[in-house]
Amino acid sequence: MISHVLAAAPAGGSNPTLASFYGQPWWMIVLKVVVLFVFLMLTTLFMIWAERRVIGRMQQRPGPNRAGPFGLLQSLLDGIKLALKEDIVPRGVDKLLFWLAPAISAIPALISFSVIPFGPEVSIFGVHTPLQVADLPVAVLLVLAMSSMGVYGIVLAGWASSSPYSLLGGLRSSAQVISYEIAMGLSFVAVFLYSGSLSTTAIVNAQANGAQFHLFGVILHWPSWFAVLLLPSFLIYLVTMVGETNRLPFDLPEGEGELVGGFHTEYSSLKFAIFYLAEYVNMTTVAGLATTLFLGGWRAPWPISVWSGSNAGWWPLLWFLAKVGILLFCFIWLRGTLPRIRYDQLMKLGWKVLIPVSLAWIMMIATIRVWRSQGGSVPVYIVGGAILAALLALAWAGDMASERRRVAREGPADDEEMEGGQSPSGAPSFPVPPLDLPHYHGIGVAAGVAGSLAGRDGAAAGIGGRPAGPAASDSVKEVTGA
Amino acid sequence: MLTLYVPILMLAALAALFAGFSLVMGALAGPKRWNRAKLQAYESGIEPTPQPSGGGRFPVKYYLTAMLFILFDIEIIFLYPWAVTFRSLGVFGLVEMVLFIVTVLVAYAYVWRRGGLEWD
Repeated sequence: MISHVLAAAPAGGSNPTLASFYGQPWWMIVLKVVVLFVFLMLTTLFMIWAERRVIGRMQQRPGPNRAGPFGLLQSLLDGIKLALKEDIVPRGVDKLLFWLAPAISAIPALISFSVIPFGPEVSIFGVHTPLQVADLPVAVLLVLAMSSMGVYGIVLAGWASSSPYSLLGGLRSSAQVISYEIAMGLSFVAVFLYSGSLSTTAIVNAQANGAQFHLFGVILHWPSWFAVLLLPSFLIYLVTMVGETNRLPFDLPEGEGELVGGFHTEYSSLKFAIFYLAEYVNMTTVAGLATTLFLGGWRAPWPISVWSGSNAGWWPLLWFLAKVGILLFCFIWLRGTLPRIRYDQLMKLGWKVLIPVSLAWIMMIATIRVWRSQGGSVPVYIVGGAILAALLALAWAGDMASERRRVAREGPADDEEMEGGQSPSGAPSFPVPPLDLPHYHGIGVAAGVAGSLAGRDGAAAGIGGRPAGPAASDSVKEVTGA
Repeated sequence: MLTLYVPILMLAALAALFAGFSLVMGALAGPKRWNRAKLQAYESGIEPTPQPSGGGRFPVKYYLTAMLFILFDIEIIFLYPWAVTFRSLGVFGLVEMVLFIVTVLVAYAYVWRRGGLEWD
């Protein structure tokens, strides 16, 4: 029965193209939309549970393990509990925006997952359809647009709350997200150079097969994942996807030590839960996008891909979920491992490292490809590498110069503090108490301390020795009945 | 062409329905107990800072970041069509794009040199 309902499409038609998305029956669209929605909800619940469990393991404690098997129901019950909590709307908030902001951050988060392909064409109830809700000629652009829309939710939540923590958290968060979005957008360009399309199905198809080569009479393929071909782009994307989702080590918008909860400090009940949902759906989306653009999408990883049936039927769903799962685990791993970085370091990394490196890398890739299409050969790699190195050196020199100017202007104030340098008198500037303080050696004060102890609780009188003053001796008399 | 957008719009409608339902449910299901302190902005237990009506002030630095973002985002938007049609444009496209990126890099270098990318 199941095998009839969910049969694999014939091998010939298993590679979907943009054309496969036309003429789907309406009930199929509804089915896929609802399944995707439920999938995202379950992923969020599962991710929160997995995060708490894994972080727990990393910190030598069990994590939530009471509600249901392995504590699996914990996040669901937390959600229900949040729904039963009071929905506080503080005085002075902008009511309309305060209510709208959670929706504005959650809806785009949910939409952007619709263009992520889960698998090739399969047959559901006898209808051949791609395992993907929608695809567009500009699918990746849709994801970028939606992640920009999500920023509105954050900044409006911070602004409408009328609280300094929320305002600062919202501003920091939006500044961080838009800064990292530039590097993120640039890291995609190299992928589009290779795939020649913004459609996610086309990008997955472009990673199907690497160029063939012969080794001892066996036909082998070069790796075809863009993560291998375009490693710098992939690395840049990995950094930006953590920055985009405001996760550790880039979680300054909600740095608990300074801003409490950041932009959602004033939110409670289900509004708070919706922000949480948006955050975790965004994590899943960026992981799914990384899988699609760089890790071959739903295609089987190398040793498995030798088996010809690995990319047909429902197997690709497994590969896709495994890849996304590994990336999501890395998110948790980062959170369990790394400390939070400083805000100026964050912005410096985004603006002064990721953007110039991305631009230089794109130019290098483009030059190489043009060169090879014109019949050029290997030396171009050396030239390209030299150009890249020159650009990086230029950027570095510029930064050094500006740092020197800053130091010359303001004086090396913080360097002295950091290194604990000597103050003019020769004593260490760090507040170390002098070593000849009387109480350090127990001389002179010991009796006084003992006396006051005796005065306070009497019981120590026998041990305390001679009382230090008349008041103390009086109280001793009282207690002992003398 | 536009039929490709139908599933996305349906998902958007479902998401909006869900968000709206949750917002209303959260307001209806929970208890309502009035308390003066509860309605004040949370500032870790100290008296809340009085906020000017119409939003607080914030460092102008964030405006600068937002404007730089627009500059670079537009650059990216120009890079995408070029990347997609890269093969047919060939050497001409490459030279054009290098000229364009150099132009943007001038602005970038200017901002960098003037300290627009410094945070403290």
